[in-house]
Amino acid sequence: MSAPTAPTEDRASSAPPPGTKESPGSSKRVPLSAIARRRSLTGWSFIIPAAALIVLVNFWPMIQALFLSLQTGRGTRLTWAEPLWLNYQRLFEDETFRLTLSTTFIYLIIQVPIMLTIAMVLANLLNAPWLRWKGFWRTAIFLPCAVGLVSYALVFRQIFATDGLANDLLIKFGLLDANVNWLGQTGTARMVIILGLLWRWTGYNMIFFLAALQNIDRSTLEAARVDGANGFKTFWYVTMPQLKPIILLCAILSTNGTLQMFDESFNLTNGGPGNTTMTVSHYLYNVSFRNSPNFGYAAAISYAILIIVAILAAIQMKVGDKRD
Amino acid sequence: MTKTQLRRIPAYAFLSLAVFLSVFPLYFMAVSATNTSNEVVASKLLPGSHLLENFQTLVDSQPLGSALYHSSVNAIATTVLALILCSIAGYAFEIYHSRAKDAVMAILLLAIMIPFAATMIPLFRLFAQLGMVNSTFAVIVPLIATPFLILLFRQASRSFPHEIIEAARLDGLGEVSIFARIYLPTMKPTLAAAGVITFLFSWNNFLWPKVILVDNAYQTLPMLLSNMRAGYVTDYGSLMLAVFIVSVPTMVVFLALQRHFAEGVTGAIK
Repeated sequence: MSAPTAPTEDRASSAPPPGTKESPGSSKRVPLSAIARRRSLTGWSFIIPAAALIVLVNFWPMIQALFLSLQTGRGTRLTWAEPLWLNYQRLFEDETFRLTLSTTFIYLIIQVPIMLTIAMVLANLLNAPWLRWKGFWRTAIFLPCAVGLVSYALVFRQIFATDGLANDLLIKFGLLDANVNWLGQTGTARMVIILGLLWRWTGYNMIFFLAALQNIDRSTLEAARVDGANGFKTFWYVTMPQLKPIILLCAILSTNGTLQMFDESFNLTNGGPGNTTMTVSHYLYNVSFRNSPNFGYAAAISYAILIIVAILAAIQMKVGDKRD
Repeated sequence: MTKTQLRRIPAYAFLSLAVFLSVFPLYFMAVSATNTSNEVVASKLLPGSHLLENFQTLVDSQPLGSALYHSSVNAIATTVLALILCSIAGYAFEIYHSRAKDAVMAILLLAIMIPFAATMIPLFRLFAQLGMVNSTFAVIVPLIATPFLILLFRQASRSFPHEIIEAARLDGLGEVSIFARIYLPTMKPTLAAAGVITFLFSWNNFLWPKVILVDNAYQTLPMLLSNMRAGYVTDYGSLMLAVFIVSVPTMVVFLALQRHFAEGVTGAIK
């Protein structure tokens, strides 16, 4: 415990303004007083329970999954695969894996940009100084986020059933002649899942954008107006660059969430028709826990998801950085 | 009406549409909870008088009380433990700040990027080996400590004046009492935001409880809903009532604390 406490800049006793960092290396190594040492130890003892738990439920299983992905067998009887990368080799020949992965990407590519755009428009409207009943609009649009994923999946399943509300309304308004089996066809079933995702998550992202908008320095907007920029130009050249970090955060969180999507696939369409709405996480669940579980192969699938999440996050950060 | 006011009409129309689309499925859910199965299928959009009947069908056919009990215990235990562990860790990362602690924080933040799918199977095997399948402990442990909550509390601590801590130390207060008696009471918005996030997440969590709670006697509310959906005969009125019952607590928690929630999120992304 003594090694990590050595270069402590004891902010508490010197009390610099919060948020500022002393230039590293400028201070000479002075022996810590007994009090400072004890305080640093107190700090560690406050941190260690949470940190240890995070390691136990995130990092340790992640390493375990890597070892697991190199093993093969049914249930609990596992042996090292021959060759070691057998499970990964199998991934490339697995039609269902390919199908579920491409379905997941369809959800991702269509849903996330639409959602972030609508959320951004709504956040800007809610941030307009002239808007009335702000609390009402915000609460109502955010309300879907208070509903559980299984709950809303079942409501959407009901609404888009063949004899459901969507068909009844569309026929009543003359937009349809006969009932459509929304959940029974690949295209429309995927569309219902995307609509569900939009319904559930747009308000959530709007709240983040709104919070970021409220933190924007008003003087920069004033300056743009004085320089003669119109509303859209001000938004595009002054507001947007300042929102970049939060857009990046929302994009990464949404990507991450979509790649792990399970509840909707399982409860709204149950993967059907013919596995065409099944997400890759749903497939992972089936490989792991249905019929005879194959933990080794499931771990390989989970590692594929992990690698895809990491690559997409890296790409997004790179793109986010370039738009300066 | 002036010209500027006219120009604002599309904005209000767009917001009204967004509100309608957001609330309508919830309205349909609530209304359907009071209608018979046949009326739900016939898309009746007005409240009916079959609420009690649906409730009777629901409790007769499903272990609603047991699921409600398990979901409540899980969500409350998770929220309380998460608030304690993450608030104290976030506080320490800021107040006892050092370069080593910054490095630890950076490593912990990487955990946000790890998909649950990648940890689910080893976690299941771990708890199976410990003989803890079906235990409350196994359900809540993976949700208690999250880098996101720690970050939330660390960011909130940034604006806490260090002079107060110094003054408290001079008055002879211990480090733990400074945290619990001076710092925590000023952190209500952050505690509310963190509490809402954790409670909602735990209450609605589906995949992990489904994996680790093998015995249906321990099933949570989302599992009960999902099993109702998968059943052979479905009474849609009581199904929508069940969905309604599961959704009410989270909507109440959210509505009661939403002002704090907005403040907490704002604080976190500053």
